[in-house]
Amino acid sequence: MPVTTPYRAAARAEAARLRALFEAEGALPVEAAILQPADLLLDLYGEDIRARAYVTSDAMRGEQMLRPDFTVPVVQMHMDGGAEPARYCYCGEVFRRQEDDPERANEYLQAGFELFDRDNPPAADAEVFALFQRILAPLSLRAATGDIGILTAAVGGLATTERRKHALMRHVWRPRRFRALLDRFSGRVAPPAARLAMLAAADPFETAGPDIGLRRRAEIEDRIEALREDAAAAPMSDHEVAMIDAVLAVRETMPYALEHLRDIAVDLPAILPAVDRLAARADALAARGIDVEHLDFEAAYGRTHMEYYDGFVFGFYAEARPDLPPVATGGRYDALTRVLGQGREIPAVGGVIRPGLVLDLGGLG
Amino acid sequence: MSLKLGVPSKGRLMDKTFDWFGARGVTLGRAGSEREYAGRVEGIAGVELVLLSAGEIPRELSAGRIHLGVTGTDLVREKLGQWDMQVEELAELGFGHADLVLSVPNCWVDVDTLDDLDAAAAAFRRVHGFRLRIATKYHRLVRDFLRDNGVADYQLVDSQGATEGTVKNETAEAIADITSTGETMRANHLKLLDDGLILRSQATLFRSRTAPMEAADRDALQDLTALLNVG
Repeated sequence: MPVTTPYRAAARAEAARLRALFEAEGALPVEAAILQPADLLLDLYGEDIRARAYVTSDAMRGEQMLRPDFTVPVVQMHMDGGAEPARYCYCGEVFRRQEDDPERANEYLQAGFELFDRDNPPAADAEVFALFQRILAPLSLRAATGDIGILTAAVGGLATTERRKHALMRHVWRPRRFRALLDRFSGRVAPPAARLAMLAAADPFETAGPDIGLRRRAEIEDRIEALREDAAAAPMSDHEVAMIDAVLAVRETMPYALEHLRDIAVDLPAILPAVDRLAARADALAARGIDVEHLDFEAAYGRTHMEYYDGFVFGFYAEARPDLPPVATGGRYDALTRVLGQGREIPAVGGVIRPGLVLDLGGLG
Repeated sequence: MSLKLGVPSKGRLMDKTFDWFGARGVTLGRAGSEREYAGRVEGIAGVELVLLSAGEIPRELSAGRIHLGVTGTDLVREKLGQWDMQVEELAELGFGHADLVLSVPNCWVDVDTLDDLDAAAAAFRRVHGFRLRIATKYHRLVRDFLRDNGVADYQLVDSQGATEGTVKNETAEAIADITSTGETMRANHLKLLDDGLILRSQATLFRSRTAPMEAADRDALQDLTALLNVG
Protein backbone atom coordinates (compact mmCIF):
# COMPACT_ATOMS: atom_id res chain seq x y z
CA MET A 1 0.00 0.00 0.00
CA PRO A 2 1.63 3.30 -1.03
CA VAL A 3 1.96 5.73 1.84
CA THR A 4 2.64 9.41 1.23
CA THR A 5 5.74 11.06 2.62
CA PRO A 6 3.94 13.56 4.90
CA TYR A 7 1.91 10.72 6.43
CA ARG A 8 5.03 8.68 7.00
CA ALA A 9 6.80 11.64 8.63
CA ALA A 10 3.81 12.32 10.88
CA ALA A 11 3.62 8.65 11.95
CA ARG A 12 7.33 8.67 12.69
CA ALA A 13 6.96 11.83 14.79
CA GLU A 14 4.04 10.22 16.65
CA ALA A 15 6.16 7.11 17.31
CA ALA A 16 8.99 9.24 18.68
CA ARG A 17 6.51 11.10 20.90
CA LEU A 18 5.17 7.83 22.28
CA ARG A 19 8.65 6.54 22.95
CA ALA A 20 9.46 9.79 24.79
CA LEU A 21 6.37 9.24 26.97
CA PHE A 22 7.66 5.74 27.81
CA GLU A 23 11.10 7.16 28.49
CA ALA A 24 9.58 9.64 30.90
CA GLU A 25 8.37 6.60 32.90
CA GLY A 26 11.97 5.54 33.38
CA ALA A 27 12.29 3.21 30.40
CA LEU A 28 15.63 2.77 28.68
CA PRO A 29 15.38 3.33 24.90
CA VAL A 30 16.69 0.34 22.93
CA GLU A 31 17.14 -0.59 19.27
CA ALA A 32 16.74 -3.93 17.52
CA ALA A 33 18.10 -5.14 14.18
CA ILE A 34 15.58 -5.24 11.34
CA LEU A 35 16.99 -8.59 10.17
CA GLN A 36 16.45 -11.24 12.83
CA PRO A 37 17.75 -14.84 12.66
CA ALA A 38 14.88 -16.94 11.34
CA ASP A 39 15.67 -20.16 13.19
CA LEU A 40 14.88 -18.74 16.62
CA LEU A 41 11.53 -17.30 15.50
CA LEU A 42 10.68 -20.55 13.73
CA ASP A 43 11.50 -22.52 16.86
CA LEU A 44 9.24 -20.29 18.92
CA TYR A 45 6.29 -19.96 16.59
CA GLY A 46 6.62 -22.89 14.22
CA GLU A 47 6.03 -22.90 10.51
CA ASP A 48 2.98 -20.60 10.85
CA ILE A 49 5.28 -17.60 11.26
CA ARG A 50 6.30 -17.96 7.60
CA ALA A 51 2.77 -16.99 6.63
CA ARG A 52 3.10 -13.79 8.64
CA ALA A 53 6.75 -12.76 8.41
CA TYR A 54 8.99 -11.99 5.45
CA VAL A 55 11.82 -14.44 5.09
CA THR A 56 14.99 -13.69 3.19
CA SER A 57 18.38 -15.37 3.15
CA ASP A 58 22.03 -15.15 2.25
CA ALA A 59 24.70 -17.77 1.80
CA MET A 60 26.55 -16.84 5.01
CA ARG A 61 23.85 -16.37 7.62
CA GLY A 62 21.15 -18.52 6.14
CA GLU A 63 17.53 -17.52 6.67
CA GLN A 64 16.72 -14.14 8.18
CA MET A 65 13.36 -12.58 8.96
CA LEU A 66 12.30 -8.98 8.70
CA ARG A 67 11.51 -8.14 12.32
CA PRO A 68 7.87 -9.16 12.93
CA ASP A 69 7.97 -7.65 16.44
CA PHE A 70 10.37 -6.21 19.00
CA THR A 71 9.50 -8.40 21.94
CA VAL A 72 11.79 -11.31 21.07
CA PRO A 73 14.95 -9.20 20.43
CA VAL A 74 14.26 -7.09 23.54
CA VAL A 75 13.86 -10.20 25.71
CA GLN A 76 17.08 -11.63 24.25
CA MET A 77 18.92 -8.42 24.99
CA HIS A 78 17.63 -8.37 28.55
CA MET A 79 18.50 -12.02 29.16
CA ASP A 80 22.04 -11.27 27.98
CA GLY A 81 22.67 -9.21 31.07
CA GLY A 82 20.05 -6.55 31.71
CA ALA A 83 19.64 -4.95 35.15
CA GLU A 84 16.70 -5.90 37.38
CA PRO A 85 14.11 -4.63 37.44
CA ALA A 86 14.26 -3.11 33.97
CA ARG A 87 12.01 -0.96 31.78
CA TYR A 88 12.70 -0.69 28.05
CA CYS A 89 11.11 1.33 25.28
CA TYR A 90 11.54 1.35 21.51
CA CYS A 91 9.97 2.43 18.27
CA GLY A 92 10.43 1.33 14.69
CA GLU A 93 8.97 -0.59 11.77
CA VAL A 94 7.70 -4.13 11.94
CA PHE A 95 6.90 -6.21 8.88
CA ARG A 96 3.99 -8.63 8.44
CA ARG A 97 2.96 -10.48 5.33
CA GLN A 98 -0.71 -9.89 4.50
CA GLU A 99 -1.53 -12.60 2.00
CA ASP A 100 -5.25 -12.60 2.55
CA ASP A 101 -6.04 -8.94 3.06
CA PRO A 102 -4.37 -6.39 0.80
CA GLU A 103 -5.99 -3.59 2.83
CA ARG A 104 -3.86 -4.36 5.89
CA ALA A 105 -0.44 -2.74 6.16
CA ASN A 106 2.54 -5.04 5.69
CA GLU A 107 4.96 -2.52 7.17
CA TYR A 108 4.06 -0.25 10.07
CA LEU A 109 5.49 1.46 13.11
CA GLN A 110 5.27 0.20 16.66
CA ALA A 111 6.16 2.03 19.86
CA GLY A 112 6.56 -0.30 22.80
CA PHE A 113 7.23 -0.57 26.50
CA GLU A 114 8.47 -3.73 28.28
CA LEU A 115 8.81 -4.26 32.03
CA PHE A 116 10.93 -7.03 33.59
CA ASP A 117 10.18 -7.33 37.29
CA ARG A 118 10.22 -10.32 39.63
CA ASP A 119 8.84 -8.75 42.77
CA ASN A 120 5.21 -8.02 42.13
CA PRO A 121 3.70 -9.26 38.85
CA PRO A 122 0.18 -7.90 39.52
CA ALA A 123 1.64 -4.44 40.17
CA ALA A 124 3.75 -4.71 36.99
CA ASP A 125 0.66 -5.71 34.95
CA ALA A 126 -1.20 -2.74 36.38
CA GLU A 127 1.69 -0.35 35.71
CA VAL A 128 1.81 -1.27 32.00
CA PHE A 129 -1.96 -1.28 31.49
CA ALA A 130 -2.45 2.02 33.35
CA LEU A 131 0.35 3.65 31.34
CA PHE A 132 -1.25 2.60 28.04
CA GLN A 133 -4.69 3.65 29.25
CA ARG A 134 -3.39 7.08 30.26
CA ILE A 135 -1.49 7.69 27.01
CA LEU A 136 -4.41 6.57 24.83
CA ALA A 137 -7.13 8.33 26.87
CA PRO A 138 -7.70 11.14 24.29
CA LEU A 139 -8.84 8.51 21.73
CA SER A 140 -11.64 7.07 23.95
CA LEU A 141 -10.81 3.47 23.08
CA ARG A 142 -12.46 0.34 24.46
CA ALA A 143 -10.11 -1.78 26.55
CA ALA A 144 -10.33 -5.58 26.35
CA THR A 145 -8.56 -7.74 28.92
CA GLY A 146 -8.08 -11.43 29.47
CA ASP A 147 -5.81 -13.92 31.18
CA ILE A 148 -4.47 -17.00 29.38
CA GLY A 149 -3.33 -18.30 32.79
CA ILE A 150 -6.92 -19.10 33.81
CA LEU A 151 -7.40 -21.56 30.94
CA THR A 152 -3.99 -23.19 31.42
CA ALA A 153 -4.72 -23.57 35.14
CA ALA A 154 -8.07 -25.18 34.29
CA VAL A 155 -6.38 -27.65 31.94
CA GLY A 156 -3.71 -28.36 34.56
CA GLY A 157 -6.42 -29.16 37.09
CA LEU A 158 -8.32 -31.73 35.03
CA ALA A 159 -8.68 -35.19 36.54
CA THR A 160 -7.28 -36.97 33.52
CA THR A 161 -3.93 -38.37 32.39
CA GLU A 162 -0.82 -36.19 32.28
CA ARG A 163 -0.45 -37.06 28.62
CA ARG A 164 -3.89 -35.69 27.79
CA LYS A 165 -3.29 -32.54 29.82
CA HIS A 166 0.00 -32.01 28.06
CA ALA A 167 -1.64 -32.41 24.66
CA LEU A 168 -4.37 -29.89 25.58
CA MET A 169 -1.80 -27.45 26.97
CA ARG A 170 0.15 -27.61 23.73
CA HIS A 171 -2.92 -26.50 21.79
CA VAL A 172 -4.33 -23.82 24.07
CA TRP A 173 -3.60 -21.33 21.25
CA ARG A 174 -5.24 -23.48 18.54
CA PRO A 175 -8.92 -23.60 19.49
CA ARG A 176 -9.91 -26.02 16.74
CA ARG A 177 -7.38 -28.71 17.64
CA PHE A 178 -8.03 -28.05 21.35
CA ARG A 179 -11.71 -28.80 20.75
CA ALA A 180 -10.92 -31.92 18.71
CA LEU A 181 -8.74 -33.20 21.55
CA LEU A 182 -11.47 -32.57 24.12
CA ASP A 183 -13.94 -34.47 21.92
CA ARG A 184 -11.57 -37.39 21.62
CA PHE A 185 -10.50 -37.52 25.28
CA SER A 186 -14.11 -37.36 26.45
CA GLY A 187 -15.21 -40.11 24.06
CA ARG A 188 -17.63 -37.83 22.20
CA VAL A 189 -15.87 -38.82 19.00
CA ALA A 190 -15.13 -42.53 18.58
CA PRO A 191 -11.59 -43.50 17.60
CA PRO A 192 -11.20 -44.40 13.91
CA ALA A 193 -11.77 -48.07 13.05
CA ALA A 194 -8.18 -48.40 11.79
CA ARG A 195 -6.97 -47.36 15.24
CA LEU A 196 -9.03 -49.97 17.05
CA ALA A 197 -7.90 -52.66 14.61
CA MET A 198 -4.25 -51.68 15.06
CA LEU A 199 -4.50 -51.78 18.86
CA ALA A 200 -6.28 -55.16 18.74
CA ALA A 201 -3.76 -56.71 16.33
CA ALA A 202 -1.31 -59.28 17.70
CA ASP A 203 1.38 -57.74 15.49
CA PRO A 204 0.54 -54.13 14.53
CA PHE A 205 3.43 -54.12 12.06
CA GLU A 206 2.22 -57.15 10.10
CA THR A 207 1.34 -55.17 6.96
CA ALA A 208 3.60 -52.21 7.64
CA GLY A 209 6.16 -52.99 4.95
CA PRO A 210 9.81 -52.01 5.31
CA ASP A 211 10.98 -49.53 7.95
CA ILE A 212 11.85 -46.29 6.20
CA GLY A 213 12.60 -42.80 7.41
CA LEU A 214 14.22 -41.19 10.40
CA ARG A 215 11.31 -41.87 12.76
CA ARG A 216 12.45 -45.24 14.09
CA ARG A 217 10.52 -48.38 15.00
CA ALA A 218 11.11 -47.69 18.72
CA GLU A 219 9.42 -44.27 18.44
CA ILE A 220 6.42 -45.82 16.72
CA GLU A 221 6.24 -48.51 19.43
CA ASP A 222 6.37 -45.81 22.10
CA ARG A 223 3.41 -44.08 20.57
CA ILE A 224 1.47 -47.35 20.24
CA GLU A 225 2.10 -47.88 23.95
CA ALA A 226 0.83 -44.36 24.65
CA LEU A 227 -2.26 -45.07 22.54
CA ARG A 228 -2.88 -48.32 24.45
CA GLU A 229 -2.64 -46.43 27.74
CA ASP A 230 -5.00 -43.79 26.44
CA ALA A 231 -7.49 -46.40 25.24
CA ALA A 232 -7.42 -47.99 28.71
CA ALA A 233 -7.84 -44.67 30.55
CA ALA A 234 -11.31 -43.51 31.55
CA PRO A 235 -12.76 -40.84 29.27
CA MET A 236 -12.85 -37.30 30.58
CA SER A 237 -16.24 -36.73 32.17
CA ASP A 238 -18.85 -34.46 30.61
CA HIS A 239 -18.64 -32.49 33.82
CA GLU A 240 -14.98 -31.69 33.25
CA VAL A 241 -15.51 -30.72 29.62
CA ALA A 242 -18.37 -28.50 30.78
CA MET A 243 -16.04 -26.79 33.24
CA ILE A 244 -13.52 -25.97 30.51
CA ASP A 245 -16.41 -24.59 28.45
CA ALA A 246 -17.59 -22.58 31.45
CA VAL A 247 -14.14 -21.03 31.88
CA LEU A 248 -13.93 -20.19 28.17
CA ALA A 249 -17.38 -18.59 28.26
CA VAL A 250 -16.56 -16.06 31.02
CA ARG A 251 -17.04 -12.65 29.44
CA GLU A 252 -18.14 -9.93 31.83
CA THR A 253 -16.95 -6.83 33.63
CA MET A 254 -14.11 -7.57 36.04
CA PRO A 255 -16.07 -7.87 39.32
CA TYR A 256 -18.65 -10.26 37.80
CA ALA A 257 -15.97 -12.22 35.98
CA LEU A 258 -14.13 -12.73 39.28
CA GLU A 259 -17.31 -13.83 41.00
CA HIS A 260 -18.14 -16.20 38.15
CA LEU A 261 -14.63 -17.71 38.15
CA ARG A 262 -14.79 -18.22 41.93
CA ASP A 263 -18.02 -20.15 41.39
CA ILE A 264 -16.30 -22.36 38.81
CA ALA A 265 -13.36 -22.80 41.20
CA VAL A 266 -15.65 -24.56 43.67
CA ASP A 267 -15.68 -27.49 41.21
CA LEU A 268 -12.23 -26.84 39.79
CA PRO A 269 -10.07 -25.69 42.70
CA ALA A 270 -6.93 -25.86 40.53
CA ILE A 271 -7.82 -22.49 39.02
CA LEU A 272 -7.92 -20.76 42.43
CA PRO A 273 -4.31 -19.48 42.38
CA ALA A 274 -4.87 -18.05 38.89
CA VAL A 275 -8.14 -16.44 40.02
CA ASP A 276 -6.35 -14.99 43.05
CA ARG A 277 -3.74 -13.52 40.71
CA LEU A 278 -6.52 -12.00 38.64
CA ALA A 279 -8.06 -10.49 41.81
CA ALA A 280 -4.67 -9.11 42.90
CA ARG A 281 -4.28 -7.55 39.45
CA ALA A 282 -7.75 -6.02 39.68
CA ASP A 283 -6.78 -4.47 43.04
CA ALA A 284 -3.50 -3.19 41.62
CA LEU A 285 -5.36 -1.70 38.64
CA ALA A 286 -7.87 -0.01 40.98
CA ALA A 287 -4.98 1.38 43.03
CA ARG A 288 -3.70 3.00 39.83
CA GLY A 289 -7.04 4.65 39.27
CA ILE A 290 -8.45 2.25 36.63
CA ASP A 291 -12.23 1.92 36.69
CA VAL A 292 -12.17 -1.82 37.33
CA GLU A 293 -15.93 -1.94 37.90
CA HIS A 294 -16.46 -1.31 34.18
CA LEU A 295 -13.37 -3.03 32.78
CA ASP A 296 -14.22 -5.87 30.36
CA PHE A 297 -12.73 -9.28 31.03
CA GLU A 298 -12.91 -12.19 28.60
CA ALA A 299 -11.29 -15.53 29.53
CA ALA A 300 -10.84 -16.54 25.85
CA TYR A 301 -9.36 -13.16 24.86
CA GLY A 302 -6.02 -13.33 23.06
CA ARG A 303 -6.25 -17.07 22.53
CA THR A 304 -5.98 -17.10 18.75
CA HIS A 305 -3.48 -14.40 17.88
CA MET A 306 -1.30 -13.58 20.87
CA GLU A 307 0.62 -16.80 21.21
CA TYR A 308 3.55 -15.92 23.41
CA TYR A 309 1.38 -14.34 26.09
CA ASP A 310 0.70 -16.73 28.93
CA GLY A 311 -0.96 -14.55 31.57
CA PHE A 312 -2.54 -11.10 31.50
CA VAL A 313 -3.47 -9.91 27.97
CA PHE A 314 -4.98 -6.64 26.83
CA GLY A 315 -5.94 -4.67 23.74
CA PHE A 316 -7.32 -1.21 22.98
CA TYR A 317 -9.91 -0.89 20.20
CA ALA A 318 -11.53 2.01 18.34
CA GLU A 319 -15.18 0.99 18.59
CA ALA A 320 -16.30 3.39 15.87
CA ARG A 321 -13.75 1.87 13.49
CA PRO A 322 -14.25 -1.91 13.51
CA ASP A 323 -12.24 -2.04 10.27
CA LEU A 324 -9.05 -1.14 12.15
CA PRO A 325 -6.86 -3.62 13.99
CA PRO A 326 -6.33 -2.91 17.71
CA VAL A 327 -4.50 0.37 18.35
CA ALA A 328 -2.50 -1.22 21.16
CA THR A 329 -1.95 -4.75 22.45
CA GLY A 330 0.12 -6.30 25.18
CA GLY A 331 0.45 -8.88 27.87
CA ARG A 332 2.57 -11.03 30.11
CA TYR A 333 5.09 -13.47 28.59
CA ASP A 334 6.93 -15.21 31.42
CA ALA A 335 7.31 -18.45 29.43
CA LEU A 336 9.02 -16.65 26.55
CA THR A 337 11.76 -15.44 28.90
CA ARG A 338 12.13 -19.05 30.07
CA VAL A 339 12.61 -20.30 26.51
CA LEU A 340 15.01 -17.51 25.52
CA GLY A 341 16.82 -17.48 28.87
CA GLN A 342 18.10 -21.07 28.55
CA GLY A 343 17.49 -21.98 32.15
CA ARG A 344 16.95 -18.48 33.50
CA GLU A 345 13.64 -16.68 33.54
CA ILE A 346 12.11 -13.43 34.66
CA PRO A 347 8.48 -12.39 34.81
CA ALA A 348 7.85 -9.84 32.06
CA VAL A 349 4.96 -7.80 30.74
CA GLY A 350 4.75 -5.21 27.98
CA GLY A 351 2.83 -3.83 25.06
CA VAL A 352 2.93 -1.91 21.81
CA ILE A 353 1.03 1.03 20.34
CA ARG A 354 0.66 1.57 16.58
CA PRO A 355 1.44 5.26 15.98
CA GLY A 356 -0.06 5.14 12.48
CA LEU A 357 -3.44 4.11 13.89
CA VAL A 358 -3.20 6.77 16.61
CA LEU A 359 -2.76 9.28 13.78
CA ASP A 360 -5.67 7.82 11.75
CA LEU A 361 -7.90 8.35 14.79
CA GLY A 362 -6.97 12.03 15.11
CA GLY A 363 -3.82 11.87 17.23
CA LEU A 364 -3.30 12.37 20.93
CA GLY A 365 -3.89 16.14 20.78
CA MET B 1 -3.94 -5.88 -29.57
CA SER B 2 -5.50 -9.28 -29.47
CA LEU B 3 -6.92 -11.57 -26.84
CA LYS B 4 -3.99 -13.55 -25.43
CA LEU B 5 -4.55 -17.19 -24.48
CA GLY B 6 -1.79 -18.84 -22.43
CA VAL B 7 -1.41 -22.63 -22.83
CA PRO B 8 1.21 -25.02 -21.39
CA SER B 9 4.09 -25.22 -23.83
CA LYS B 10 4.72 -28.94 -23.80
CA GLY B 11 3.72 -32.46 -22.95
CA ARG B 12 0.41 -34.13 -22.28
CA LEU B 13 -1.09 -30.98 -20.80
CA MET B 14 -0.45 -29.08 -24.06
CA ASP B 15 -1.75 -31.91 -26.25
CA LYS B 16 -4.91 -32.37 -24.17
CA THR B 17 -5.53 -28.61 -24.17
CA PHE B 18 -5.18 -28.52 -27.97
CA ASP B 19 -7.63 -31.46 -28.16
CA TRP B 20 -10.13 -29.77 -25.86
CA PHE B 21 -10.16 -26.55 -27.89
CA GLY B 22 -10.11 -28.52 -31.16
CA ALA B 23 -13.23 -30.46 -30.15
CA ARG B 24 -14.97 -27.09 -29.81
CA GLY B 25 -13.93 -25.73 -33.19
CA VAL B 26 -10.86 -23.78 -32.15
CA THR B 27 -7.66 -25.20 -33.61
CA LEU B 28 -4.52 -24.44 -31.64
CA GLY B 29 -1.02 -25.39 -32.70
CA ARG B 30 2.59 -24.41 -32.86
CA ALA B 31 3.43 -21.86 -35.55
CA GLY B 32 6.55 -23.48 -36.93
CA SER B 33 8.80 -26.26 -35.79
CA GLU B 34 8.32 -28.38 -32.68
CA ARG B 35 10.90 -26.26 -30.88
CA GLU B 36 9.29 -22.92 -31.55
CA TYR B 37 7.17 -21.37 -28.79
CA ALA B 38 5.00 -19.24 -31.08
CA GLY B 39 1.46 -20.49 -31.61
CA ARG B 40 -1.28 -20.27 -34.18
CA VAL B 41 -5.05 -20.12 -33.77
CA GLU B 42 -7.66 -21.09 -36.37
CA GLY B 43 -11.42 -21.00 -36.22
CA ILE B 44 -11.71 -17.66 -34.44
CA ALA B 45 -10.40 -14.15 -35.10
CA GLY B 46 -8.59 -11.84 -32.68
CA VAL B 47 -7.14 -14.56 -30.43
CA GLU B 48 -3.40 -15.05 -30.00
CA LEU B 49 -1.86 -18.21 -28.57
CA VAL B 50 1.00 -17.80 -26.07
CA LEU B 51 2.88 -20.96 -25.13
CA LEU B 52 4.20 -20.83 -21.57
CA SER B 53 5.38 -23.13 -18.81
CA ALA B 54 2.27 -24.23 -16.85
CA GLY B 55 3.92 -22.89 -13.69
CA GLU B 56 4.22 -19.38 -15.14
CA ILE B 57 0.62 -19.10 -16.30
CA PRO B 58 -0.81 -18.07 -12.88
CA ARG B 59 1.69 -15.22 -12.61
CA GLU B 60 1.02 -14.04 -16.18
CA LEU B 61 -2.75 -14.06 -15.53
CA SER B 62 -2.28 -12.14 -12.30
CA ALA B 63 -0.02 -9.58 -13.99
CA GLY B 64 -2.59 -9.17 -16.76
CA ARG B 65 -0.15 -10.05 -19.52
CA ILE B 66 -2.49 -12.77 -20.78
CA HIS B 67 -6.30 -12.63 -20.79
CA LEU B 68 -6.96 -16.35 -20.60
CA GLY B 69 -4.82 -19.24 -19.43
CA VAL B 70 -4.96 -23.00 -18.97
CA THR B 71 -3.25 -24.35 -15.88
CA GLY B 72 -3.89 -26.49 -12.80
CA THR B 73 -6.06 -25.25 -9.93
CA ASP B 74 -3.21 -26.30 -7.61
CA LEU B 75 -0.76 -23.86 -9.22
CA VAL B 76 -3.22 -20.95 -9.16
CA ARG B 77 -4.01 -21.45 -5.48
CA GLU B 78 -0.39 -21.96 -4.51
CA LYS B 79 0.97 -18.96 -6.36
CA LEU B 80 -1.76 -16.31 -6.13
CA GLY B 81 -2.82 -14.69 -2.85
CA GLN B 82 -6.60 -14.15 -2.86
CA TRP B 83 -6.64 -16.03 -6.14
CA ASP B 84 -10.35 -15.55 -6.77
CA MET B 85 -9.90 -11.79 -6.78
CA GLN B 86 -7.33 -12.09 -9.55
CA VAL B 87 -8.71 -14.77 -11.84
CA GLU B 88 -12.06 -16.32 -12.66
CA GLU B 89 -12.53 -20.03 -13.36
CA LEU B 90 -14.27 -20.30 -16.73
CA ALA B 91 -14.25 -24.08 -17.17
CA GLU B 92 -12.78 -27.24 -15.74
CA LEU B 93 -11.31 -29.09 -18.66
CA GLY B 94 -11.72 -32.63 -17.35
CA PHE B 95 -8.07 -33.73 -17.56
CA GLY B 96 -4.85 -33.20 -15.64
CA HIS B 97 -6.59 -34.55 -12.54
CA ALA B 98 -4.33 -34.54 -9.52
CA ASP B 99 -4.84 -34.46 -5.78
CA LEU B 100 -2.51 -32.69 -3.39
CA VAL B 101 -2.26 -35.09 -0.45
CA LEU B 102 -0.30 -35.55 2.73
CA SER B 103 1.49 -38.89 3.01
CA VAL B 104 3.53 -40.65 5.69
CA PRO B 105 5.55 -43.88 5.68
CA ASN B 106 3.47 -47.02 5.58
CA CYS B 107 5.41 -48.29 8.60
CA TRP B 108 3.89 -45.52 10.75
CA VAL B 109 1.09 -47.85 11.82
CA ASP B 110 0.18 -45.38 14.59
CA VAL B 111 -0.56 -42.52 12.19
CA ASP B 112 -3.77 -42.43 10.12
CA THR B 113 -5.08 -38.90 10.68
CA LEU B 114 -3.89 -35.31 11.11
CA ASP B 115 -4.50 -35.74 14.82
CA ASP B 116 -1.97 -38.59 14.84
CA LEU B 117 0.47 -36.60 12.70
CA ASP B 118 0.35 -33.74 15.20
CA ALA B 119 1.00 -36.08 18.14
CA ALA B 120 3.82 -37.84 16.27
CA ALA B 121 5.34 -34.44 15.39
CA ALA B 122 5.40 -33.37 19.04
CA ALA B 123 7.13 -36.61 20.08
CA PHE B 124 9.51 -36.44 17.12
CA ARG B 125 10.66 -32.97 18.15
CA ARG B 126 11.35 -34.16 21.71
CA VAL B 127 13.39 -37.14 20.48
CA HIS B 128 15.29 -35.57 17.58
CA GLY B 129 15.54 -31.93 18.66
CA PHE B 130 14.10 -30.52 15.45
CA ARG B 131 10.64 -30.24 13.95
CA LEU B 132 9.29 -33.05 11.78
CA ARG B 133 10.04 -32.30 8.13
CA ILE B 134 7.40 -32.36 5.42
CA ALA B 135 8.80 -32.19 1.88
CA THR B 136 6.73 -30.30 -0.68
CA LYS B 137 6.75 -27.68 -3.38
CA TYR B 138 3.29 -26.42 -2.37
CA HIS B 139 4.37 -24.42 0.65
CA ARG B 140 1.44 -22.06 0.93
CA LEU B 141 -1.31 -24.62 0.39
CA VAL B 142 0.23 -27.10 2.83
CA ARG B 143 0.94 -24.49 5.51
CA ASP B 144 -2.59 -23.04 5.31
CA PHE B 145 -4.06 -26.54 5.46
CA LEU B 146 -2.02 -27.55 8.51
CA ARG B 147 -2.71 -24.25 10.27
CA ASP B 148 -6.46 -24.56 9.67
CA ASN B 149 -6.27 -28.05 11.12
CA GLY B 150 -4.14 -27.03 14.09
CA VAL B 151 -1.11 -29.19 13.36
CA ALA B 152 2.08 -27.90 15.05
CA ASP B 153 5.76 -28.81 15.43
CA TYR B 154 6.43 -29.47 11.76
CA GLN B 155 8.59 -27.70 9.19
CA LEU B 156 8.29 -27.58 5.44
CA VAL B 157 11.35 -28.45 3.39
CA ASP B 158 11.44 -27.57 -0.25
CA SER B 159 11.36 -30.38 -2.78
CA GLN B 160 10.94 -29.58 -6.45
CA GLY B 161 11.04 -33.17 -7.67
CA ALA B 162 11.32 -36.86 -6.67
CA THR B 163 9.54 -35.85 -3.47
CA GLU B 164 8.47 -39.44 -2.73
CA GLY B 165 12.15 -40.36 -2.31
CA THR B 166 12.87 -37.84 0.45
CA VAL B 167 11.57 -40.10 3.23
CA LYS B 168 13.78 -43.03 2.30
CA ASN B 169 16.71 -40.63 1.96
CA GLU B 170 15.89 -39.26 5.42
CA THR B 171 15.73 -35.66 4.25
CA ALA B 172 12.05 -35.54 5.25
CA GLU B 173 9.69 -37.58 7.45
CA ALA B 174 6.49 -36.98 5.46
CA ILE B 175 5.53 -35.47 2.12
CA ALA B 176 2.79 -33.37 0.58
CA ASP B 177 2.63 -33.89 -3.17
CA ILE B 178 0.42 -34.23 -6.18
CA THR B 179 -0.75 -37.73 -7.04
CA SER B 180 -3.18 -38.97 -9.64
CA THR B 181 -3.35 -42.67 -8.82
CA GLY B 182 -1.25 -43.01 -5.66
CA GLU B 183 0.93 -45.57 -7.47
CA THR B 184 4.25 -43.75 -6.93
CA MET B 185 3.41 -43.28 -3.26
CA ARG B 186 2.69 -46.96 -2.74
CA ALA B 187 5.85 -47.92 -4.59
CA ASN B 188 7.79 -45.73 -2.17
CA HIS B 189 6.13 -47.32 0.90
CA LEU B 190 4.04 -44.25 1.69
CA LYS B 191 0.36 -44.03 2.61
CA LEU B 192 -2.20 -41.22 2.46
CA LEU B 193 -3.60 -39.83 5.69
CA ASP B 194 -7.37 -40.44 5.98
CA ASP B 195 -8.03 -36.69 6.26
CA GLY B 196 -4.93 -35.61 4.33
CA LEU B 197 -6.57 -34.43 1.09
CA ILE B 198 -5.44 -30.81 0.72
CA LEU B 199 -6.80 -29.98 -2.73
CA ARG B 200 -8.37 -31.64 -5.77
CA SER B 201 -6.88 -30.14 -8.90
CA GLN B 202 -7.46 -30.37 -12.65
CA ALA B 203 -6.58 -28.39 -15.77
CA THR B 204 -8.81 -25.33 -15.78
CA LEU B 205 -9.40 -22.40 -18.13
CA PHE B 206 -8.95 -19.16 -16.18
CA ARG B 207 -9.76 -15.58 -17.12
CA SER B 208 -7.57 -12.78 -15.78
CA ARG B 209 -9.51 -10.11 -13.88
CA THR B 210 -6.67 -7.65 -14.31
CA ALA B 211 -5.72 -7.83 -18.03
CA PRO B 212 -6.62 -4.61 -19.90
CA MET B 213 -9.02 -5.15 -22.81
CA GLU B 214 -9.91 -3.06 -25.82
CA ALA B 215 -13.32 -3.25 -27.49
CA ALA B 216 -12.01 -5.77 -30.04
CA ASP B 217 -10.68 -7.98 -27.22
CA ARG B 218 -14.06 -7.97 -25.51
CA ASP B 219 -15.69 -9.04 -28.77
CA ALA B 220 -13.11 -11.79 -29.22
CA LEU B 221 -13.67 -12.97 -25.64
CA GLN B 222 -17.41 -13.06 -26.18
CA ASP B 223 -17.03 -15.02 -29.44
CA LEU B 224 -14.60 -17.44 -27.84
CA THR B 225 -16.66 -18.14 -24.71
CA ALA B 226 -19.75 -18.62 -26.90
CA LEU B 227 -17.88 -21.05 -29.12
CA LEU B 228 -16.44 -22.93 -26.16
CA ASN B 229 -19.75 -22.73 -24.30
CA VAL B 230 -18.07 -21.60 -21.08
CA GLY B 231 -18.21 -18.69 -18.64
